Amino acid sequence: MSAFRFLLEKEFKLLLRHPFLPKMIVIFPAVMMLLLPGAADLDVRDIRLAVVDRDRSPLSSLLAREVASSGYFHLVSFPATFSSAVDGVAAGEFDAILDIPPRLGASLERGDAARVFIAPGGVNAMKGTLAAGYLSAIIAAFPASTPAVEVTTLYRFNPRQEYKPFMVPALMVMLVMLLCGFLPALDIVGEKERGTIEQLNVTPAGKLAFIAAKLVPCWLAGFLALAFSILLAYLFYGIVPAGNPGTIFLFALLFAPGISGLGLVVSNRSSTMQQAMFVMFFFVVLFILMSGFFSPVESMPRWARWIAAFNPLKYLVEAIRGVYLAGRGVADLGRQLAALAAFAVVTIAAAACSYRKSS
Amino acid sequence: MDNAITTESLTKRFGTFTAVDRLTIEVKRGEIFGFLGANGAGKTTAMRVLCGLSKPTSGRAIVAGHDVAARPDSVKRRIGYMSQRFSLYGELKVWENIRLYAGIYGTPSARIKERSDALLRELDFEEGRDKLVRDLPPGWKQKLAFSVAIFHEPEIVFLDEPTGGVDPVTRRQFWELIYRTAGRGITVFVTTHYMDEAEYCDRVSIMVDGRIAALDSPRALKERLRVATVDDAFKMLARGDASPLYTNN
Amino acid sequence: MKRPPSPAARLFRAFTLKEFRHIFRDKRTLLVLLGMPVVQIVLFGFAITTEAREARVVLLSPSPGAAERRVTDRLLSSDYFELSAVASSPSAVERALRRGEADVALVFEPAFDERLARDGKARVQLVVDATNPGLAAQFSGHASAIIAAAAVELAGGAPPPLAAETRLLHNPGMKAAYNFVPGVAGFILMLVCAMMTSVSIVREKENGTMDMLLVSPARPWMIIAAKLVPYFTLSCVNLATILLLSVGVLGVPVAGSPGGVVAVSLLFILVSLSIGIFVSTVARDQVVAMLVSGMVLMMPVVLLSGLIFPVENMPPLLEWLSRLIPARWYIAAMKKIMIEGAPLHLVTGEILALAATGAALLLLGLKKFNDRVT
Repeated sequence: MSAFRFLLEKEFKLLLRHPFLPKMIVIFPAVMMLLLPGAADLDVRDIRLAVVDRDRSPLSSLLAREVASSGYFHLVSFPATFSSAVDGVAAGEFDAILDIPPRLGASLERGDAARVFIAPGGVNAMKGTLAAGYLSAIIAAFPASTPAVEVTTLYRFNPRQEYKPFMVPALMVMLVMLLCGFLPALDIVGEKERGTIEQLNVTPAGKLAFIAAKLVPCWLAGFLALAFSILLAYLFYGIVPAGNPGTIFLFALLFAPGISGLGLVVSNRSSTMQQAMFVMFFFVVLFILMSGFFSPVESMPRWARWIAAFNPLKYLVEAIRGVYLAGRGVADLGRQLAALAAFAVVTIAAAACSYRKSS
Repeated sequence: MDNAITTESLTKRFGTFTAVDRLTIEVKRGEIFGFLGANGAGKTTAMRVLCGLSKPTSGRAIVAGHDVAARPDSVKRRIGYMSQRFSLYGELKVWENIRLYAGIYGTPSARIKERSDALLRELDFEEGRDKLVRDLPPGWKQKLAFSVAIFHEPEIVFLDEPTGGVDPVTRRQFWELIYRTAGRGITVFVTTHYMDEAEYCDRVSIMVDGRIAALDSPRALKERLRVATVDDAFKMLARGDASPLYTNN
Repeated sequence: MKRPPSPAARLFRAFTLKEFRHIFRDKRTLLVLLGMPVVQIVLFGFAITTEAREARVVLLSPSPGAAERRVTDRLLSSDYFELSAVASSPSAVERALRRGEADVALVFEPAFDERLARDGKARVQLVVDATNPGLAAQFSGHASAIIAAAAVELAGGAPPPLAAETRLLHNPGMKAAYNFVPGVAGFILMLVCAMMTSVSIVREKENGTMDMLLVSPARPWMIIAAKLVPYFTLSCVNLATILLLSVGVLGVPVAGSPGGVVAVSLLFILVSLSIGIFVSTVARDQVVAMLVSGMVLMMPVVLLSGLIFPVENMPPLLEWLSRLIPARWYIAAMKKIMIEGAPLHLVTGEILALAATGAALLLLGLKKFNDRVT
């Protein structure tokens, strides 16, 4: 126990004396919170639409007006031909085309079935799909002036359908993962590479004390950065957790041992920092892509969902988003809690095994 | 118990490669024991086993009264070690490095300061107290590493090529430190490349291909092989010109 | 082509071989570097999509009737919705949404059928979990379209006279595939060139081996160039992997000139390498090199370059910042050439931006490196 005290003291001195790392605790959350949420925006309104009206009847212009008044589209252009509209999409001037064929109005007045064409730009598939969905909804109700069934939509948990409240909690999760998982692992490989670990190994100080002393400052740094980013989210975006902020820390605290355990396994099996870095990086990229960070896990095919079920980051993202947006409490997050606990147990056991083998 | 280190057929294999082959030696308490051998002869591996850093494949080693395989922690508490590579923390100050290791070995906090001041005084290095270790000249680094290795008054100190890469004057000073340490009753187990240093040892062993080819006092060794220096003896044995003078049993 | 082997050339060869050996010795890192593009292409191509899956619907129907059933059936028989629960009260609806057991609640007003028969008009409310705004928009879009169609049926019984036919431009499969290939290429090339190079140079600095190289007769630029050759080679292998996978496995054709794609990519590789050199001159140890390239370079590359999030959605300040990121220009140029089939002269702006950043960073990096030497 006394060895742990002195090791911990050493880690804090090294951390604080490092020319870059202490600044990282401030800079990293600041970059994440101030720059990224603005960029991480898949905003689905303001779709720029070109209408190719080859009919030019009162009904066709009514359709265009109806589309414009839906609130989702900006009618930015009325090109004469479909091919010039396609060029506009290619040049990035607008996102989708509504093509109204000749004699549409006449057919509708006769009561015949008629067809319009929707051509969203495919390069941004998300916007394309959305544009098609909205346009279909408007067209399905056209030209009945007052629909028999009035649909009102209530958006729960994120009434203004903004991306920031969705992305900010996920970014916090990334922060915790990198500081709590990446940093201690790299640091341990660094001691290996420099040879300082050798001197410690001949002392009676146990491996456990050594590792714990490495983890504590990193976790502390992670939690400080987390607290700082919660503050920044409030100050800059007015985003506050709908639930108990304590729950966020509880989940972060549960996640930290698990991800650190993974980092320890990697660091133990790596001989150079470069190797540890790239192996960790591989996991980080995989975890992020499979976490629902920016694309929903539930939309993935079965095999991918199966892989994602073993992704601890997915559960943490779900939990923190749940607390932030839906105000979930621990009772609502039992599944996530169990998954993260299981992950912690497994990686810590794996880390212990890999250390036993190495001695 | 008279011996600081006793090994019986100590063997360490990595796969099919035998790094240490049935090593049987006895190192007496308080002596300076030179552990010689060419690069790759198995010196460092043997030393790592004796320090409890690596487990023996077979055989036994009793270090400071304890079996290294069975009770490595008891051994570790009673030994000091200075590795080939400088391994103090460059980003910590001199006193901080001393404090760290003193603390790890369980020196009471209240005594750490007083004792480290005494140590720095003894080294005549009081002005270096607050310097970062990475800024020290190599000679001071080596002396500091040695002092840290014996700060907790171990029974035995293992030195793995302690004077590699330092100038002759510093080497000489370093050996004075070693003598002073041995004078306090601490057993010194040292490997070196410098054969002139081997002459300073009470006894030397020469390791060839994982086995001990000779073990004796430098003088007796030279007499038996009829050579002028330990260096000549070493060259003779390492080339395999002489039949082994020391065999197991 | 054969030159007399000058001592400098021989030295250069020796240095380059040393770097290659170093990379090939570390099998695990090599595996990560070569495997990463494959994994990303497979994930982006077959797993990751922003399209909504079937939404789980919780139904609240205080007074069930025939018309109500008809609307519900239309909705649930579509590919977009499935029933997860029938709630008995508004608080049960709320609970299901909050616990994440349902994505959408379909709430009929009391006496829906009666009102529809009496007033010719009745109301239904969609309560959508908008945690993920993109999904929420798709859920409500689909649901509104289906309910609107059902309403027309209820009113007149005739199928809706106006139908819409959708065909995505440049991307008939409506897959996200076309969007991400340039992004993955940018990400991987940045990783190999910038991160790997900077870490490996700093590593030599840290171990002191750089000083040994510097006292050798080799010129400083030669040491750096020798470091770059293997990563350049590795990048080319990665680029080939990405292009072959996207054409062969994803079926994403190269619409524009393949030569243009390769030329722009090579330019980007050079730019990324100069970023690597620059970072290595700034960073003191490997951890810093990694943090700088990982968090200050990679993260913004992912987020600001248009890889996932469209650049046009960004606020002006960020849009302006993203102009400083070479990957943004690379990805934009690749999208234009590879997917939209634009001729090379349309991407002059992007190419100039890349070349300028690359030249600036290279000069800065070499200057800093030389300062260290003298």
